[in-house]
Amino acid sequence: MTAPGVTTQTVPAPAKPSGKAARRIKDNLTGHAFLIGAVVCFALFMWYPMIRGIVMSFQRTRRGETTWVGWDNYTRIVADPSFWIAWKNTFLFTILALVVGYVLPFFVAILLNEFRHAKGYLRILVYLPVMLPPASALFLFKYYAYDPSEAGLFNAILKFLHLPTSEWMQSPTMTIPAMVIASTWMNLGSAVLIYLASLQNIPGELYEAAELDGAGIWRRIWSVTIPQTRLILALLAMLQIVATMQLFIEPLILANGAGTQDSATSVAYLIYQHGFFQNDLNGAAALGVIMLIVLAAFSAVYVRLTTKQD
Amino acid sequence: MSRTLISQAQLRRGRGRFLYWAVLAVVVAGFTLVFLGPLYWMVTGALKSGQEIAQTPPTLWPRDPQTQNYVDAWNNLDLAKLMFNTFYYAAGAVFFQLVFDTAAAYALSKLRPAFGNVILAAMLATLMIPAMVLIVPQYVTAIDLPIIHVNLLDSPWAIWLPLIANAFNIFLLKRFFDSIPEDLIAAAQVDGASPLRTLWSIILPMSRPILGVVSIFAVTAVWKDFLWPKLVMPSPETRTLSVGIYAFSGGTPQNVVIAASVIAAIPTVIIFLLFQRNIMSGLTTGSLKG
Repeated sequence: MTAPGVTTQTVPAPAKPSGKAARRIKDNLTGHAFLIGAVVCFALFMWYPMIRGIVMSFQRTRRGETTWVGWDNYTRIVADPSFWIAWKNTFLFTILALVVGYVLPFFVAILLNEFRHAKGYLRILVYLPVMLPPASALFLFKYYAYDPSEAGLFNAILKFLHLPTSEWMQSPTMTIPAMVIASTWMNLGSAVLIYLASLQNIPGELYEAAELDGAGIWRRIWSVTIPQTRLILALLAMLQIVATMQLFIEPLILANGAGTQDSATSVAYLIYQHGFFQNDLNGAAALGVIMLIVLAAFSAVYVRLTTKQD
Repeated sequence: MSRTLISQAQLRRGRGRFLYWAVLAVVVAGFTLVFLGPLYWMVTGALKSGQEIAQTPPTLWPRDPQTQNYVDAWNNLDLAKLMFNTFYYAAGAVFFQLVFDTAAAYALSKLRPAFGNVILAAMLATLMIPAMVLIVPQYVTAIDLPIIHVNLLDSPWAIWLPLIANAFNIFLLKRFFDSIPEDLIAAAQVDGASPLRTLWSIILPMSRPILGVVSIFAVTAVWKDFLWPKLVMPSPETRTLSVGIYAFSGGTPQNVVIAASVIAAIPTVIIFLLFQRNIMSGLTTGSLKG
């Protein structure tokens, strides 16, 4: 960063290099003094744990003694039947949450962007659930919305519409859809606001031109709105997948962890179980590394796919 | 107002105008039901008796409002203590993030020491690491800090220190500082101002909006966080609101748990209603990287 300025200054004046050098060192020291607090925290709680997690996954600590065990933690984790159930549930949740939680906010944003009235009100409404502590919102879903009797909010609505009621969290097939509904309700708002901001950057002339060419509303969304917001769409898909793969608090609160017949067990919940209940921090670290590799592989494929289209 | 998907003219004419108002009315009603409805259900549900909540069909308005549930929640769950703890952690988080993340962003944006870019890249790289992947090694680090061997369990530092390592905040602040003209800083230097003095008297007064955004994000992050405070604050005296309610939820009547959840949500909802403009602008500037 400082290099270009420094070289042009030191070359014509080699007579007093010590003064310049001293000054440069002092400037650098001041800069690093401002950085040191944040750097120490990053080192302690980000950089070092990243390496330590990988190291831990190849070790085993028993009665205070740590030994290298090679791939033992990985083979043990993978042999556990709940490992595959957890991945199946996590993938199912991720895909469902993507279909609902990714497409829905885009259309909500398009809709809100057309309104000339009640804009502020609608925006506040959509974002309100994002501000609730997730634990609060999930207790609301658990006790009131997903009450399996007909006194539950959702069942009362279904009954009112003469539709069959559901057991919700007590039915293994409804567990994941129920978690997707709760999670979408809680998180939809931030995606809507981000889309709204990018919709406002689309030049109006593009719509004008498309309309003159006889393009209807859907056609205009397809050939103007989507290409113009492509970058944000790609970025949010990525962020959404990384966030939903870490599914944890929904199973913990809504399904008391594993749920009916393990229908809610997620990979993140398994990490928590191994690390903090089964006294197996090393196994939990190995699971974390597997999760990191899956997400990294997925990101690599995704980046490839999205950049190729250009 | 620039033109959007549907032209203004089309919305003003007969059928378009009717459709516009019809769709608007449906959306306003629908959104109110979907987003405000559950909150209404939560606040009034906690006012119902245990019998009334189990009754079919459910009542829209509590027949005999029981404020007792809220009183029980406040007393039995010791919400005053939990609320104080959460406020205390949030205040500390705001303070330490403002001090250290601002200093770091200032160094990276204006002082630019050697290897500054490498450090920034290493910080931004942490945005790619999912939080769940780090939770175990972070916990192991927090219970026995390297070199100094201090155990941070039940200490507020266990919440404050990891929050300083927030690449998103540093990125937001740096971007804002980058937009402050170099001339101003050069002028201050000519006048003999030290880097600290420049930061304090020139940069910070110009950066109030972004400092507000970072502070609000710090408060909501502490308020909404669950797993990390659950792990590092194991004793009942140091718990946060969310963790405390969860810990009590097993042996407490449902309506009391909901009442406690309502009380726990009030501060963030108030913060949101007061600062919604700042929150929304921060959210959108942060995500639209140029």
